[in-house]
Amino acid sequence: MEEVQEGASAPSVHGHNIKVTEVVIDGDTLTFLIVSQKLSGTGEYHVYRIYEDLEWLQHHLFSQEDVPGIQGVIFPPIPAKPQVNASAKVMKQLGFLGLGEWQPYCKALESFLRQVASHSVLKKSKAVEIFLTSADPPGRQRVRKNIFNRLSQAVGEMRKEGHKDVDEFFQAARDQNLIITGCTKSATERFLDVVLTEQKIAVACGHFSAALHLCVEAGEDPDKQAFSSICVKLSEVFESIKKNMMSTAENNVSTLGLGLDLESRYQEAEKEMLFRRTCKLAELETARRNAEKAKPVKKAAMEEVKKAAETEFNHICGVAKQEIARYEAARVQMLQQALVQWCEKQLLTARESADQFDQCLQGFRGMA
Amino acid sequence: MATSSERSPPPFPDSEDQDVLDPEDVGGRDSDEEDGEDLFLSPSDPPLADLDTPLPPANQPIEVLMTPPSDIMSDLLIEPISCQAEIQSASQVVTEPSDDFVDLTNNLTEEAADNVAAAAQDTAIISLDEPSDDFVDLLGSETEALQEEAVVVVDVPADTATDKSEGMGSDTDPPGEGKEEVEKVEEVEEASTAAVFDLIGDSGGESDSNTQQSPGIDTFVDPLVDLLSDTPPAAEAQKPSMATIDLFNEDEGSDLFSDPLLTMSARQPQKSLFGETDEDLFGEPLGATSKKTINKEQKDKTVTIKAAAVGGGINITGPLQEINPAEAGDLFTEEAVATAPSVSSTSTVNSKTNGVHSEEETDIFAEATVELSLDSPRSERKKEVMAKPSAPAPSLSATASLAKPQSAALEEMDEEEEEEQEDQFEIFVSVKDPEKIGDGMTAYMAYKLSTQTTLPMFRTKTFTVRRRFSDFLGLYEKLSEKHGPNGYIVPPPPEKSILGMTKMKVGKDDSSSADFVERRRGALERYVQRVVNHPSLLQDPDVREFLEREELPRAVSTQALSGAGFLKMINKATDAVSKMTIKMNESDVWFEDKLQEVESADQQFRKLHALVESLVVHRKELSLNTASFAKSAAMLGSAEDNTALSRALSQLAEVEDKMEQLHQDQASNDTFSFAELIADFIRLLGAVRGSFDHRIKAWQRWQDGQAMLQKKRETEAKLLWANKPDKLQLAKEEIAEWEAKVTQYEREFDRVSATVRKEVIRFEKEKAKNFKRQIIKYLESLLQSQQQLIKYWDAFLPEAKAIA
Repeated sequence: MEEVQEGASAPSVHGHNIKVTEVVIDGDTLTFLIVSQKLSGTGEYHVYRIYEDLEWLQHHLFSQEDVPGIQGVIFPPIPAKPQVNASAKVMKQLGFLGLGEWQPYCKALESFLRQVASHSVLKKSKAVEIFLTSADPPGRQRVRKNIFNRLSQAVGEMRKEGHKDVDEFFQAARDQNLIITGCTKSATERFLDVVLTEQKIAVACGHFSAALHLCVEAGEDPDKQAFSSICVKLSEVFESIKKNMMSTAENNVSTLGLGLDLESRYQEAEKEMLFRRTCKLAELETARRNAEKAKPVKKAAMEEVKKAAETEFNHICGVAKQEIARYEAARVQMLQQALVQWCEKQLLTARESADQFDQCLQGFRGMA
Repeated sequence: MATSSERSPPPFPDSEDQDVLDPEDVGGRDSDEEDGEDLFLSPSDPPLADLDTPLPPANQPIEVLMTPPSDIMSDLLIEPISCQAEIQSASQVVTEPSDDFVDLTNNLTEEAADNVAAAAQDTAIISLDEPSDDFVDLLGSETEALQEEAVVVVDVPADTATDKSEGMGSDTDPPGEGKEEVEKVEEVEEASTAAVFDLIGDSGGESDSNTQQSPGIDTFVDPLVDLLSDTPPAAEAQKPSMATIDLFNEDEGSDLFSDPLLTMSARQPQKSLFGETDEDLFGEPLGATSKKTINKEQKDKTVTIKAAAVGGGINITGPLQEINPAEAGDLFTEEAVATAPSVSSTSTVNSKTNGVHSEEETDIFAEATVELSLDSPRSERKKEVMAKPSAPAPSLSATASLAKPQSAALEEMDEEEEEEQEDQFEIFVSVKDPEKIGDGMTAYMAYKLSTQTTLPMFRTKTFTVRRRFSDFLGLYEKLSEKHGPNGYIVPPPPEKSILGMTKMKVGKDDSSSADFVERRRGALERYVQRVVNHPSLLQDPDVREFLEREELPRAVSTQALSGAGFLKMINKATDAVSKMTIKMNESDVWFEDKLQEVESADQQFRKLHALVESLVVHRKELSLNTASFAKSAAMLGSAEDNTALSRALSQLAEVEDKMEQLHQDQASNDTFSFAELIADFIRLLGAVRGSFDHRIKAWQRWQDGQAMLQKKRETEAKLLWANKPDKLQLAKEEIAEWEAKVTQYEREFDRVSATVRKEVIRFEKEKAKNFKRQIIKYLESLLQSQQQLIKYWDAFLPEAKAIA
């Protein structure tokens, strides 16, 4: 059932309905079952992947040297590394993704893979094909080193962040990105607080409901029975309040929460892309200066370096412009979807709860 | 205004010296200290304003109802600036108004005393100088009479006023007298008003009676307003316009409530009041109370005066109607009070009734606010106002009689309504308006305790007293001392909270402090309600005193109940009880079971309480978090480039803001519906255990008695054996005595047992009932907030969809 198609220019699966259907917790590692439908029609690929495989995939996407302007791509952001029994700090980093039984994480992973598989540039990568279809997990050691390289590189170039841009469009994009990244991040965090508190309330309601059951007194005494039945009913009420809170919290997570989280991570990705471009710009400027100052002997070589840098930079700019436009459209749509879904779900929950409360109220009123 | 009042005087002093006022007069005024001067200066404008307005009403009251009112108001307010011009215009008008005055005063005085009216007619021909002389006299007599003879003072101004206006009328009537003449008249007018001001300013409390008497002259009505602001000790010219505004503001509130009842109480018991209470009542407004309170009363009175003026045909109803329709309605009812005395009695009586009047007013005001449902009386009053203009005869007597039945009808309406409400309960006590009294560590909270009842044991249906927290504790002390040993479950009050109180004392106005006060208020209300719901406790004289008596002796030694000590005490008592139960070989299984139940219920309630409290904490947290999310959503919205998305995000921020409020309400709902209820029951369970304790004490006494009896019998046996007949007799007597005691103790124990049993059953009934009621309330609010939530989401959904 699982086969490897080497050298394909596009993956042999549908990008838009890749699913992460299952998560297996084995000790400290989480293994995800990724299901994708074959383009050919019938049949699905089922592969098990761990987080390191995802890192491998991302690394390969980053390092596609042969694709012109690859640095201008906004790479779909990969969720942070999940951990079983994670510390509070890691949980905080995971945000919404760390909630519940990893369903939000699977969702995030799913959307990451879909975006990769349907990205016009990235889907052509062989790594995508291997990741989605190969039964054997891709190699892992190499990746670690490269990631480390990337990180040190990033630290070295951090100071270029404030570099003045030559292109107004990009300058504006960078400024806007900087502002909105902060806002989104804080909104996401606040929203997470809301959800966490809602969960706490649900738990508290559950406790209260359970405690009420203990108040039930046995006995034939009508007053006692009346009080007992009140306790039982009230316990039911709090049970439904609890359910209401639970589903409200869940709605929050599954719609707007994930939406904000994705948005936040995407903005980080955009920031990274812009930063890469800025680095390239700095490189190009250095090359230009060097070419001007260079002695005649080296002039030709310098000019060549400059030319190469220029072409690469132009490529990056071209891709980046497209990517930004695409992202802007996509994010508005994504957020809209998140908001609408959120609203609809909350409405549904609120209506259901109102009905339940009304029934309980009628029940109480009906009590003699 | 201060400047304009300085500007306006010049014309007056001049003319005053020349022709109108004698030096005596001036002296007289001077003797009134600065008041006189100021009064003369500043009010000098407003009277003119009035001169304009009353002019038409005399003949065509109905028209006036609509138009001039605004004039009066606007004039009063604007006057200071344009006073010079006003004087000119006013002086031209002067003639006619003065005619009106004649009518008015005639009407009034006819009602009061016929011969006064005759005198007014006579004096109509008197020359200009004479009124001013009269006026001087008036001033003189008035200053002398000040404190002692309010009656005289009342009479005099009324007469002189009529005289003067008459005089003016006659003087100015002959056409072509010249402008100067007219100005003189004006001067007199001013002088007279000023005089009355002086009078009022000096006589303080007397002004009530005084003004009552003078309503015929409408000029005085509004100046009074100014006067009121001027009379206070600091004799600087203040802003009359401000004063008028204040006046109206104040009256709107107070008269609205007080009047309907006022008419009832003031009119009906009239005669008896004259006879019995005139000393205190009259004394109080006169000099006993401070000037400030008098001033307040005066302010109230001015409206009354206006009402009377309406009766007199001047129809100032208009302006008042504009200010507040309901107030206008008041005027009529008020008028009934004001006029009735003057019709039936002489001015002496009049002033006395006024005293009564003012006293009643304050009381009734306090009570009326408690539970008068405003809606229907108000509409009733509006009807009255509507009916009023159509009243053909603007004469005093006619309107008075018209107003009376109406106000009577109004009373009936009110009563009916109350009865309707009260059909549902026999007694209902509410604790309201927590108010911090004093400062620093001696500060305390006072609460308004209002009772509504249909029970015949109370003298009135509604009454209100102010109680401080320690009074509530004191009541508990008394009750538990008296009824506790008999096995009654005395509902315990909320504990003293040192932390909460200290916060309150320090004056922290944060939410926790407000929360504390509100929690305590609710707890006190439930506590008192529980006490009065108890059929036996309600009969206790201390309870009645607590509910009814104005002043309560300060509760002492409530310190013992302070704070955690109280809870500890209860705990200790229960520990002791459980220890004693082990000693006591319980004969009654019922009690054994019940005690067990109470113990376990206490445990459970404590647990529930802790859980609800934590739930409330989370709710509050949710509210806070929602608020901060709303804030960041708003920020995100403002940072957003896409306009549609930005708009949606701002909308989202608004929705979240509303939700924050919803969560907050829910938190307080949780608190007040459950946490407080459960806390109440924890306290009550303590009281239940206390009653068990008392039963055991009774048992102990009985057992001790039996042991004693046994001992005595043994001694008797010994004595019998030792053959000591002299002592034997004594021993026999003792045995008989102790036998009686033991039977008594046994009976007591049985009685206490029966009471405890009854009480516990009652407690359980109440518990179920209470919980059910509270839960229904809670669910209702829960449902409501859920529906509110649906509304918010419904409103937001199209916004989200609109993002393109």
